[in-house]
Amino acid sequence: MATPRFWREIPSRYNLLGTRCGSCGTIDFPPRSICPQCGRKSLGKMTKLKLKGKGSVISYTVVHEAPSQFDLMKPYVLAVVQLEEGARLTTQIIDVEPGEVKIGMPVEVTFRRLGQEGEAGVIQYGYKFRPVRD
Amino acid sequence: MRGVAIIGVGETQFGELWDRSFREIGIEAGLKAIEDARIRAEDIDALYVGNMSGGKFIDQEHVSAVVADYAGLSDSHIPTTRVEGGGACGALALLQAYAAIASGLHDIVVVGGAEKMTDVGDIQAAEILTSTADQEWESIFGATFPALYAIMARRHMYEYGTTREQLAAVAVKNHRHGALNPVAQYQKEITLEQVLGAPMVADPLGVFDCAPLSDGAAAIVLCAREKARKFCDTPIELVASGQASDTIALHDRRDMTTMDATVVAGKRAFHKANLVPDDVDVAEVHDNFTISEIMAIEDLRFFKKGQGGPATEKGETALNAKLSVNTSGGLKARGQPVGATGVAQAIEIVRQLRAEAGKRQVTGAEVGLTHTLGGTGATAVVHIFRRMK
Repeated sequence: MATPRFWREIPSRYNLLGTRCGSCGTIDFPPRSICPQCGRKSLGKMTKLKLKGKGSVISYTVVHEAPSQFDLMKPYVLAVVQLEEGARLTTQIIDVEPGEVKIGMPVEVTFRRLGQEGEAGVIQYGYKFRPVRD
Repeated sequence: MRGVAIIGVGETQFGELWDRSFREIGIEAGLKAIEDARIRAEDIDALYVGNMSGGKFIDQEHVSAVVADYAGLSDSHIPTTRVEGGGACGALALLQAYAAIASGLHDIVVVGGAEKMTDVGDIQAAEILTSTADQEWESIFGATFPALYAIMARRHMYEYGTTREQLAAVAVKNHRHGALNPVAQYQKEITLEQVLGAPMVADPLGVFDCAPLSDGAAAIVLCAREKARKFCDTPIELVASGQASDTIALHDRRDMTTMDATVVAGKRAFHKANLVPDDVDVAEVHDNFTISEIMAIEDLRFFKKGQGGPATEKGETALNAKLSVNTSGGLKARGQPVGATGVAQAIEIVRQLRAEAGKRQVTGAEVGLTHTLGGTGATAVVHIFRRMK
């Protein structure tokens, strides 16, 4: 992914910046300018909001075949996580044996290297999630 | 709205066609369809081409003009349009043709669908397929196309008790059907043990749970229903079409085990056709992964939610069983040249309804259905076909 294209989304990829609809209160991630629930009523009423980064696994897979930029991570766990605020996102689950991941498992956000642009390009960082340890 | 009928069909062999170019296979399919329809080139009013990613696979955009030119149609200056919508592009091209004839804009339209996927490496091809999901919020975090379908499969197993064996039964059945289809990429049966023992791609989906990368093209000639008998003894009516969309990212869906786009597209098509799922004798559904077929036969209301797996395992979707599903071999065995998929599905239904499907003929088939997906279900298209009385 080209540098400007990644750079534009850094606030959300680094800090889980989402939006709250001023009309119905629904929280979206990534940010939206129109609330899918309220449509035009929400225009101009979407405010930025940093999400807490706590949630649970809705479903997951262990990826064995992936593009070359993920080669060193294989096999890795990819999951859909539901955040406490209600929004969902797709993320890797790390610091865990793939066999230990379960649907419903509580997870929290952490900051990691996602990949890089091409063979020797800019390194891209962003969120991954890990199990909440007691 | 006028009625619309299919009067000609044609396709190439599906597979790894190293020695053949995009334009060659596009033309072969088109010429076969035109011959089958017994029309002349000057009868064609317009061409729609379903193609997912000529730009990435062969570095060629504007493929509708390429195909028309090399088919010898440049002097007639017919309108040509490429239609894109991820994996659903072929089915969408057919829908555009249907709309153009039904509305009276055109009388005779050719629909082509083609993809040339083996001119790039496997990994690059897989990345291109993944680009029909959300590049910004899925792919960059490590989502691959099989991984997203695996996430649906895992949730389906969790909620409904669907098993790995039931997923595998889809692949075994579709290979059994593909063995009866002379244009299929894989005309070889496989066993349950082979599917279960294959290397994992994205757990719980293994290599045999995924449709292959393929080259191939398919074409259909359509005309106004009232003129169909002039060209063809066994015209097949395209009775109704339903199209629906949903969120681009899987994680934003209401329910990970149901594709709402399929549900809505199906309802729209059945409503317009004044038919119900029970009326369907033969269906081609989008089995890019084994889980996709199970979800499709549930979301189209052929089986109750959660019953797709057990029904498949019991053989209820096999040739001439309760509902014959993917008699062509599906994307799994016939192959998956993406742009050709929706068109090839329709061709299989036409052959079945004409009673020309040979060893894989569904006895007495009167009504057929195709279901085609774009991305992870952000687009769904359902067409319903019927033998003309």
